[in-house]
Amino acid sequence: MSAPDNRFGLDRRVTLAAPLTLASGQVLGGVEVAYETYGRLNADASNAVLVCHALTGDQHVASVHPRTGKPGWWPRMVGDGNPVDPARHFIVCANVLGGCSGSTGPGSAAADGAAYAMRFPVITIADMVAAQVALLDHLGVRSLLAAVGGSMGGMQVLQLAASYPQRLRNAVVIASAARHSAQNIAFHEVGRQAIMADPQWQGGAYTTPPAAGLSVARMAAHITYLSEAGLTEKFGRRLQDRDALGFGFDADFQVESYLRHQGLSFVERFDANSYLYITRAMDYFDLAAAHDGRLALAFRGTATRFAVVSFTSDWLYPTVESRRIVSALNAAGAEVSFVELDSPHGHDAFLLDTPELNRVVDGFLRAAA
Amino acid sequence: MTLRPDLAAIAAVVPAGARVLDIGCGDGALLAELRDTRQVAGRGIELAAANVAQAVARGLSVVQGDADTDLADYPDDAFDLVILSDTLQAMRAPAAVLGQLLRIGRRAVVSFPNFGHWRVRAGLVAGGRMPVTRTLPVAWHETANIHLCTVDDFRALVRELGLRVEQARFLSGGREVRAAANLRAERAMFVLGRG
Repeated sequence: MSAPDNRFGLDRRVTLAAPLTLASGQVLGGVEVAYETYGRLNADASNAVLVCHALTGDQHVASVHPRTGKPGWWPRMVGDGNPVDPARHFIVCANVLGGCSGSTGPGSAAADGAAYAMRFPVITIADMVAAQVALLDHLGVRSLLAAVGGSMGGMQVLQLAASYPQRLRNAVVIASAARHSAQNIAFHEVGRQAIMADPQWQGGAYTTPPAAGLSVARMAAHITYLSEAGLTEKFGRRLQDRDALGFGFDADFQVESYLRHQGLSFVERFDANSYLYITRAMDYFDLAAAHDGRLALAFRGTATRFAVVSFTSDWLYPTVESRRIVSALNAAGAEVSFVELDSPHGHDAFLLDTPELNRVVDGFLRAAA
Repeated sequence: MTLRPDLAAIAAVVPAGARVLDIGCGDGALLAELRDTRQVAGRGIELAAANVAQAVARGLSVVQGDADTDLADYPDDAFDLVILSDTLQAMRAPAAVLGQLLRIGRRAVVSFPNFGHWRVRAGLVAGGRMPVTRTLPVAWHETANIHLCTVDDFRALVRELGLRVEQARFLSGGREVRAAANLRAERAMFVLGRG
């Protein structure tokens, strides 16, 4: 029996051998990627599945988060008996470039030993994907059986399919889009301005994190992940710990209390500058831009199979954006499946208990070559 | 698995290994059969999300969509054969859809309930009511069928569009009808080519 390969397992880290040339033209050297793997890479390295996380996700897709103690963030999709299953698949999940969970980002030390902060170069979804592809090289994965992602994770899957078609055989894109809309950019700008308006932000060079600003950013963003119907069902106009209106500005309503809690718990696990950089990367995302606005050209000649899923109540990345992807894939002659699933949970539906989603992704992956 | 007789009649005309698009593919029964028995690389379009989920879960490539609007996305000659089974009569623009079928596919198979069948005629003439029959089981105010036609109507439209009938088969109660199809067939199935 050979010694265990320390490239594989939980809580791994690699420093990329080559510097990354970013979309901006800047060159970033010494890039670290924090990642986890689950399951075993088979002999011909044909069972690898890359899971891409969303804006505030991390590499702990199916393991307990070392800091918060919470279970992995996608327990319904990834794990024993799930569509992405360590018994059959070699699963890779990496913290994105620009993140704050171990991969190089604005909180990492620059050459002078101090944190990059706002000296960190602006990165794109394509840059994140380039870092992941370098990780796959490190792991000995030439071609992925599949890449799976929701929201920003779906954007990475689309970018991977467009930029490295020969390395991706099956793509699962959930509650996502091939570009950020004006409304998407607008909400992100609210979040960024909330962070920058916090006096503790200090132009990014904070010693005490701008918790108030980041918390407000998270509260605003969190609303966009839910739906009007979902909020009404969960909270209505119910009051928090009181029987009557307080005639003041405490959290009278349960929904206020809930949002404040979401904001406060977020600042404990996320870095404000990372939030700025990653939201910027999402805003810059437009897969058709390099093709004169013709999205189909991004997928010309592709042999990758695609499954695209949207949710009825998702107004952040609405079905029309998924249909745009599907229309382009059809025009490119790609093999594509698409379904809009019924859910009251808004954008967050992709992370919640949606049995139909599991059935669709499971069937799609089992038919994958 | 046993296919419905009308689907079996369609399956019989699909060449092995063909690139096929099945429009209104339901839960994918026909596509799965074609894949498993004829090595067909099938795709589907279906309106109902639950059917699409079922079809994708079977490993088929099916897109939730509407043939009235979505066929325009596909490039010319994308398929060897396009199947439109029991769906033409529910289209908003059947003539435009037929044109699209023969643009994106070299050949098309179109099946539909024959509104010229004697039971339909009898229902209307003798009963004075919109017919409710085996092939048209839903009352007029609930049916999705907005553009019903007879076998002769369909032939006339095909001529008008400059398309070619390569083959025509007619069924009544699962049995082949050979003469007086416009009167005796419950269902018709046409294989069309470009003119």
